[in-house]
Amino acid sequence: MNVHQIVTVYLKELRDALRDRRTLISMFVVPTLVIPLIILGFGLVTAKIVRKARAETPAVMVLGGKDSPQVQAALAAHPRFRVVPAREDFRTAISNKTLRAAVELPDDFDAALAESRATTVRLYTYDGEFKSGFATSELDRFFRDYRERTIQTRLAERGLPPALVKPFDITRQNVAPPEKVGGNLIGGIIPYLVILLCFTGAMYPAMDITAGEKERGTLETLLCSPVGRTEIVLGKFLVVLTSALSTVVFAGISALVTFPLGAWLFAPEVAPVRAAAAAAAARTPMPQIDPLGFLASLAMVVPIAVLFSAGLLALSLFAKSYKEAQSYVSPLIVVIILPALAAMLPGVELTFSLSLIPILNVSLVCKELVSGVFNWAHLVLIFGSSCVYAGIAILLAVRMFNRESVLFRT
Amino acid sequence: MIVAQALTKTFQDKKRGEILAVQDVSFTCQPGQIYGLLGANGAGKTTTLRMLATLFKPTRGTATVAGLSVTERPAEVRAQVGFLAASTALYARLTARETLAYFGRLNGLPPGEIAARTQRLADDLEMHEFLDRRVDKFSTGMKQKTSIARTLIHDPAVIIFDEPTLGLDVMAARTILRFVRDCRARGKTVIYSTHIMSEVEKLCDTIGIIHGGRLLAEGTLADLRARFGETDMEEIFIKAIGATGAA
Repeated sequence: MNVHQIVTVYLKELRDALRDRRTLISMFVVPTLVIPLIILGFGLVTAKIVRKARAETPAVMVLGGKDSPQVQAALAAHPRFRVVPAREDFRTAISNKTLRAAVELPDDFDAALAESRATTVRLYTYDGEFKSGFATSELDRFFRDYRERTIQTRLAERGLPPALVKPFDITRQNVAPPEKVGGNLIGGIIPYLVILLCFTGAMYPAMDITAGEKERGTLETLLCSPVGRTEIVLGKFLVVLTSALSTVVFAGISALVTFPLGAWLFAPEVAPVRAAAAAAAARTPMPQIDPLGFLASLAMVVPIAVLFSAGLLALSLFAKSYKEAQSYVSPLIVVIILPALAAMLPGVELTFSLSLIPILNVSLVCKELVSGVFNWAHLVLIFGSSCVYAGIAILLAVRMFNRESVLFRT
Repeated sequence: MIVAQALTKTFQDKKRGEILAVQDVSFTCQPGQIYGLLGANGAGKTTTLRMLATLFKPTRGTATVAGLSVTERPAEVRAQVGFLAASTALYARLTARETLAYFGRLNGLPPGEIAARTQRLADDLEMHEFLDRRVDKFSTGMKQKTSIARTLIHDPAVIIFDEPTLGLDVMAARTILRFVRDCRARGKTVIYSTHIMSEVEKLCDTIGIIHGGRLLAEGTLADLRARFGETDMEEIFIKAIGATGAA
């Protein structure tokens, strides 16, 4: 193997790639912008929705309860919602979002309470609609407080202690460190994004320097020179790998800058909403990830980048033209996304057999790593198996470059 | 010198089965000579030349280029060969100087030597004006000159031209033809393939007529005229092909 020739081919291909707008966009622009756009963009939208929802006093309707002036007065005086006059079409109004929620009071509600009869209030909500859920939560909280006060009054009237109906309290204490919570919340999306970006980073240069060169006639010019075919494929492979890894590195830098920035930008606004969604995360203004685990997860992507680079090179070389290469490579994005996406499903955890499935194994282990979990047996197995797959892909690419029928396929 | 001995190449095709592209082609080309390979499209010219340039491995037979076997020492053969074809294009995103430097390095030339040869070739081919411009901004003539310089950067002993004037205008084609003659004048071994009759008449010392993958007739222009009783190259070509058909 002639290292001088490999370096010569590599440097030329790198220069060529850096002058190609498509490669530049996939190598630098996309990874640098996509993570801030997703994180800050989602953050901004969420913050805006939350701010608007909090600023708005939701309209709620009270159905029935005309003979219960006490609860009616308490509802009308509540500052967190606005009671609007009752109408028959309240269901349509909630669906049309002119009304956020409604409560149906039974007849003699006040009297039932006074006589200690059991009764039921019914809340009407629009499941899945954020503002309706917000208003329903407020109504729910109002009636829980109202019930609590009623109990306290009854106990006081009978001279009984409050502990009679509440023998013990339940409190919850989070033992997971913040990065573990953050890892569980966003740990799945980081490897998904990194693997996808790694693939797109390798995709354009791989197609350009194989099928693209074939189409433009420059591959034959190169093959006429004394450089060996193995040296050509290794030089070209290193450029594709450089592009794939640059994409990952830029995405990593971008993520490391974006997370603290996001935390600083959205801390006051987003926290209360997340508190409603996940109590544990409420104490962390932005999901935290383990920085060392994050860097380790980027390292785990290296063999995946080698696999993508060599595989894409071999596949694209088979194509007669750039367009044909695109038709081979584009469907592969789905093949890449599926295992990366599977790792985001809740409850999917690493096992021995899953450690051998390419892409899925790295996605799962990255999820663990950003949560600060370093399972060395898994790490060694996954890194090792990924290296074996990557090696096979390189051998395949070299083999393809040594086949006349592939190089001169017309 | 080039010596081809019974060069044969077959390809496998899924629909058509085995295709015999070149069959038992033998010829010799001496230094300081231009050997013209004349044939219609699909006659086997490009396949023959690609075997000589070691882009294809012969299925049978062999050839030596500058004394080196194309099957046993392909990389060394390529170091002795300059290959210029209509299908050998230039990198659009490199400048002419970068192109020459790249192929110089691939041929193992030291940087000083590359710079000196680039200077000399730019002088000879009047390339200074566009030497540092990117190829994608070049006219056809500029591209031809850069391709010629790329072919010569490692000063090869053997130069192979495969239909180099295909698709070129008259002026660009003349540049190529002048360059081919220069190569002969410098003592290079030159093979020139074409389907244009006038080009072989003007250029070639020896002409080989190839058809259906086989070399049907070979000789100087005078030999062929005498053998087929025609002065016009086109008539000679038709008779050469027809003679086989009759046989």
